[in-house]
Amino acid sequence: MTHEIILAGFGGQGILSAGRLLAQAGMMDGKQVSWLPSYGPEMRGGTANSSVVISDKPVDSPVLSNASALIVMNKPSLDKFEAWVDKDGIVIIDSSIVDRDVKRKDIESFLIPATKIASDMGNTAYANIILLGKLIQERQIVTLENFEKALYVVLPPKKHHMIPEEMEALKIGMNYADK
Amino acid sequence: MAIIFQKPKALKDTSMHYCPGCTHGIAHRLVAEALDELEIEGRTIGIASVGCSYNSYDYFGCDMIQAPHGRAPAVATGVKRSKPDSIVFTYQGDGDLAAIGTGEIVHAAARGEKITVIFINNTIYGMTSGQMAPTTLLNQYSTTTPYGRIADLHGYPIKVCELLATLDGPAYIERASLADVKQIKNAKKAVKKAFQVQMAGLGFSMVELLSTCPTNWGLNPLESMNRVKDELVLHYPLGVFKGESLEV
Amino acid sequence: MGQKLLMKGNEAIAEAAIRAGCLHYFGYPITPQTEIAHYMAKKLPKVGGVFLQAESEVAAINMVYGAGSTGTRVMTSSSSPGISLKQEGLSYLAGSEVPAVVVNIVRGGPGLGGIQPAQSDYFQATKGGGHGDYKQIVLAPSSVQELYELTVEAFNLADRYRIVVMVMGDGILGQMMEVVEFRDKEPIERPDAPWATTGHGCERSQNVITSIHLSPAVLEKMNLSRLEKYKQIEEKECRYELFNDEDAEFFIVAYGTVARIAKSVIETARQEGLNVGLIRPVTLWPFPRKAIDKVMGTAKAFLTVEMSAGQMLEDVMLSVCGRKPVYFHGRMGGMVPAKEDILQKLREMKEQLG
Repeated sequence: MTHEIILAGFGGQGILSAGRLLAQAGMMDGKQVSWLPSYGPEMRGGTANSSVVISDKPVDSPVLSNASALIVMNKPSLDKFEAWVDKDGIVIIDSSIVDRDVKRKDIESFLIPATKIASDMGNTAYANIILLGKLIQERQIVTLENFEKALYVVLPPKKHHMIPEEMEALKIGMNYADK
Repeated sequence: MAIIFQKPKALKDTSMHYCPGCTHGIAHRLVAEALDELEIEGRTIGIASVGCSYNSYDYFGCDMIQAPHGRAPAVATGVKRSKPDSIVFTYQGDGDLAAIGTGEIVHAAARGEKITVIFINNTIYGMTSGQMAPTTLLNQYSTTTPYGRIADLHGYPIKVCELLATLDGPAYIERASLADVKQIKNAKKAVKKAFQVQMAGLGFSMVELLSTCPTNWGLNPLESMNRVKDELVLHYPLGVFKGESLEV
Repeated sequence: MGQKLLMKGNEAIAEAAIRAGCLHYFGYPITPQTEIAHYMAKKLPKVGGVFLQAESEVAAINMVYGAGSTGTRVMTSSSSPGISLKQEGLSYLAGSEVPAVVVNIVRGGPGLGGIQPAQSDYFQATKGGGHGDYKQIVLAPSSVQELYELTVEAFNLADRYRIVVMVMGDGILGQMMEVVEFRDKEPIERPDAPWATTGHGCERSQNVITSIHLSPAVLEKMNLSRLEKYKQIEEKECRYELFNDEDAEFFIVAYGTVARIAKSVIETARQEGLNVGLIRPVTLWPFPRKAIDKVMGTAKAFLTVEMSAGQMLEDVMLSVCGRKPVYFHGRMGGMVPAKEDILQKLREMKEQLG
């Protein structure tokens, strides 16, 4: 089984770190993983994306031209990457920012107002985690146990006190009933 | 028979290729005497540059590295940082240090690299046959200023000691002259002090030596010495620019 | 094998260097390799090493020249425009046979170009970007694990042959994260360096590091002795990977990230009845001509795929030497060859060759 995941949005929404978390948790699950960020001026507020591959076999190419899963946190990213999603692939959309669903009929989509939910929780920085929650729930990409452990590796120690809340956000995403 | 004069141990027993009346030989001797008197030749690494003294390793007996044009202070930095107990000096002319190597000398000085720079200023490119140097005086003739150096066209000469003395990094900067015995004696003290500053770990040290180039100046050796004494010192005043009160 | 970490390519290079005993790093910031400097700045002072941010790439490579001259393991890293600035120093290092490791995380050019991945520095790296007859060993990793292993190896090769070893990756390799499994102990070879300028201690004769020899006869002799060394390296140090080479008819030749993309094409190609194999040069200089010879029996044609206008292509053509047709697919400027485009090219080749 190989998951090819693209995460895309604005710089600063936690797109890159969400990808890193998946890759780190995947590695802890004993999978082969790669994480490839877009880099450069995007980091300062333009569009950012990262590609994650989690596989049972060695990762051929970390460079994706199609994806089995897509998480988008802005509209330009949905416009750009919708066509990249494999047939029967999954798209998770932050519907507090993106005002449309997917156009294609051969893919599955979930609309979650993640930024709004996170804002209600008191910190919009959890939006990416909420979206990851849905992806993990639907596709079992990584185990919850190792996702939590991954948080401890990826987040700097000064943010470790936020991890219980991050896990709560993850569960909100997992249990979010769409449509 | 009593020996009343001999070459310093730190100089090899070989004849030099420098032109008659050139002061490179004197400058070499002063460096070698300092290495002898301070007993540091064995742990000294010299950096030769590009110019007439490119092969000064044929004359100095210490270990030496030949550096690309202008880069001697960077090479010296690499040596000193990897061998902090060594004594490292660069030997550079005015074209090498003050034109192509301006970036390297300014930043080595600003970092306070614990190296010693021997800077030969004869106001001209010697090896490539007498072109304008950054230190060439206004109205001075050279093969690339055949009508004299004109400020409008060629800009003004750079006073390196004064420039570097504005930085916090250098511990000791002095300008001396090699034009007569008295001035050479002062120059000797300056060169030795520059090495002592390095040995004491006080920071960057540099001695600028006002020098001759009879061949490219079109003067005989005596006239050349007189030009240093009468003309160069007016534009490049002798003295200590940094670290006057430094005790070593 | 020991510790396993999810690491960025650039960080893996820096960690590998430290593990290889390189405690001196001189560099100047440039995207997309700056994480190497960040890592070194953080780690080296803690292990008694020296990190120095130079005033320019020119100064950095000359600091490397100075430190390398004392027999110290030393590294600098940069990306394409910065590597151009280092060419003067690289020529001097070659001319005076001072070992050093130089990392180039390549971005699109020419000029300031872009910051996205490219392989357009192949000529500069393998044909001698600086002046004079010289060579440097060029290693082309294609995974983060390999960045680590080949960086360690780079230091061994540099010392063994008193030569500059360039580790050349593209921006993707520098920026991506993969799992690196570190060895408990690195296979470090450190030959004595009796040539080094360390201060003679009044115990041995003078050592001089120089590249200037004004006598033509002497300079030619120096060059000839280096050619002898280069010949040895060509004989002993060619490295490559062959994939699916047993009976393949079409061979993709690609290195670095592009080799990974090419590999991912092969299975799909097979399903279409295209029997495709891969030749992945690991050393770009010396170029592994043997790999080409080895597959010549079954090969009908070769397809070189690069993130350039076709640079390695020339070495492939020289190696194939007219025996079989050589095709090319390249993207430039930070664009990455897509699987589908490579497949399409293979289909066209099959159609043309029947």
